Amino acid sequence: MARFAAKKTSKPGDSLIRDDYEHGYSFDTDSYEFKSGKGLTEKIIHQLSRMKNEPKWMLETRLRAFGEFQARPNPMWGGDLSPIKFDDISYYLKPTEKVVKSWADVPKDVKETFDRIGVPKAERKFLAGVKAQYDSEVVYGSLKSTWVKDGVIFLSMDEGLAKYPDLVKEYFGSVIPLNDNKYAALNTAVWSGGSFVYVPKNVHVKMPLQTYFRINAEAFGQFERTLIIVDEGASVHYIEGCTAPQFNSTSLHSAVVEIIVKKGARCQYTTVQNWYKNIYNLVTKRAHVSEEGQMVWTDFNMGSKVTMKYPSFILAGKGAKGETLSMALAGEGQHQDTGSKATHLAPYTSSTIIAKSISKGGGRTSYRGKVFISPNAHHSKNTVVCDALLLDDKSRSDTYPVDQVYNNQVEIQHEATVSKIGDDQLFYLMTRGMSEENSRKMIVNGFIADLVKKLPLEYAVEMNRLIDFEMEGSIG
Amino acid sequence: MKTSLKIAGLKASVADATILRGIDLELKQGQMVVIMGPNGSGKSTLAKALTGHPEYTVKGSVKLNGKELLGLAPDERAKAGLFLAFQYPVEIPGVKVLNFLWTVYTQQHPERTRRIHPSIVDFRDWLVGKANELGIPDSLLMRGLNEGFSGGEKKRLEILQMAVMQPKFAILDETDSGLDIDAIKTVAEGVNKIQRETDMGVIVITHYQRILQYLKFDIVHVMVNGRIIKSGGPELVEELEQRGYGEIRG
Repeated sequence: MARFAAKKTSKPGDSLIRDDYEHGYSFDTDSYEFKSGKGLTEKIIHQLSRMKNEPKWMLETRLRAFGEFQARPNPMWGGDLSPIKFDDISYYLKPTEKVVKSWADVPKDVKETFDRIGVPKAERKFLAGVKAQYDSEVVYGSLKSTWVKDGVIFLSMDEGLAKYPDLVKEYFGSVIPLNDNKYAALNTAVWSGGSFVYVPKNVHVKMPLQTYFRINAEAFGQFERTLIIVDEGASVHYIEGCTAPQFNSTSLHSAVVEIIVKKGARCQYTTVQNWYKNIYNLVTKRAHVSEEGQMVWTDFNMGSKVTMKYPSFILAGKGAKGETLSMALAGEGQHQDTGSKATHLAPYTSSTIIAKSISKGGGRTSYRGKVFISPNAHHSKNTVVCDALLLDDKSRSDTYPVDQVYNNQVEIQHEATVSKIGDDQLFYLMTRGMSEENSRKMIVNGFIADLVKKLPLEYAVEMNRLIDFEMEGSIG
Repeated sequence: MKTSLKIAGLKASVADATILRGIDLELKQGQMVVIMGPNGSGKSTLAKALTGHPEYTVKGSVKLNGKELLGLAPDERAKAGLFLAFQYPVEIPGVKVLNFLWTVYTQQHPERTRRIHPSIVDFRDWLVGKANELGIPDSLLMRGLNEGFSGGEKKRLEILQMAVMQPKFAILDETDSGLDIDAIKTVAEGVNKIQRETDMGVIVITHYQRILQYLKFDIVHVMVNGRIIKSGGPELVEELEQRGYGEIRG
């Protein structure tokens, strides 16, 4: 592209991809309670289950899932997963003895990590409850007393299984079966940590619940498992954030998130994914939505090497609603293969999928989506909008939509656009006194503005800050 | 002595095609000059070359108050006090007009921000007043920059941006095209008012004499084929209207 008159950017010498990822620090793992060693065997699964004191059915589920994982090849679509060396990864690293309720009781290294990410501050200011997971285990947890009184349960998944075994047994794997896909099977085999949330009938948890996931160790796999049950007429907003140290070796993050939204209930699940660019992020997320219920996924992906994630909803009851707002940013060496799945099984169900992606420095984004409308789902509606913004000629964006419609009385819309930041846009803003870098930031932030405003204010501010950070020094 | 904008021997080319073949023009603050000419004469290229569009290779000199502008990036020229009201304003989706103009204002005039409009609320009240004078409804300020605006709304917003920037010199590139007669009058009155308040110098680029009946200008330059071929007072507009560019050229 033609250059605007030669001038220095605010940080000379910045390469296209910044090496100063702000969460790149790490601590050693010498003091950990337990380390499984490299590779995964049935023996490790037995050991893990025994240490967690699990019921027999869970061990059996884990072993069956391990068989599924081994039997299945990597998917032949999406990102390139061939660099993952399953035998070089540690599958279970237990940093501390137990979950504590006070930051004072958290080991120094761990506390420093979460202080730097800003967890205790956010907890004081605007969250109803917090979980902090460090490698394989949740090390800290809190829930404000007003929600405890209302009967809200917010535990680590391990605690949930120990305290509410029947509830967990009823719903575990009910939305995402252990043989759903290779990585859901792997998660089911070695899951550890994650959240268990139950919101009783008609309780509205007005402040968000948040879990922070931190990978600290090198060449590690984090496999948290989350189950959220929102009972009739209740509502909750759950937020997760993820960061990891700057290592050259490959790590794996494979989560499974199952959500049950009962009649007239509402659940919003927000992800701010900012893994370091060595992580393969292969996550399965799905919600089952009953009559007049509503599920909203707000899914922001900026980090990781490869992400394959398609938060989905099964609209099983009449009038159920689903919405996915997805934002992906891919820089050099990154592939964000994201999207959503909308499954309409009942009449008068409606869904909206809005996906925005930004590719720069040779990064690649893909929108992959599936809309399924069953013969029963008359008078259902679906809208898909995907917009891609390319910041240079090296970057790439693809769209892979699939619609399967088995009923005539439905409305389906699909819109897609691809745009580039043009010289004319930059020139226009620069004639108003904005620098080239700030002009780019402004265009990018404007592009995602309608998604960001769906976040609580604190997160919207943080998201704009992260985008600005990613855009710095990216003048091509 | 008044600040001046001095253009000397300005040439501009794009991909081997020469468009401006040597323009000389001087303008003082408080003055208004008009540039008229047929399609393809290089009027819009002049506007873009002055403000630093990267598409053009330029030679010559453009000095604002003695400072050479050629070689500077567009934002540096803006900071020096040069403004362009675009013929075709660009859409920047999702960037809210109010927030955008507040950013521009605080950057361009930090001192004035502190003194007169220390918060976005003060600024908004002032901006709404200015907008309404130009026939821009408040609601437009809450939308994305030019996003889905009509042609007329875009042109009015350019003048509002000029009011916010308060430049030393402004170039209006065919601001009247696409406006109906009432809108032309509103916009021209807006330009006159800003000029009275800020004493800016103005270069009006236009095809037609319609807007000129509402503006008080000093000189008319006729541009044909990348050169100024004739200059004169307001009476030259009348002559052009009757005889056309062909005769003048001939």
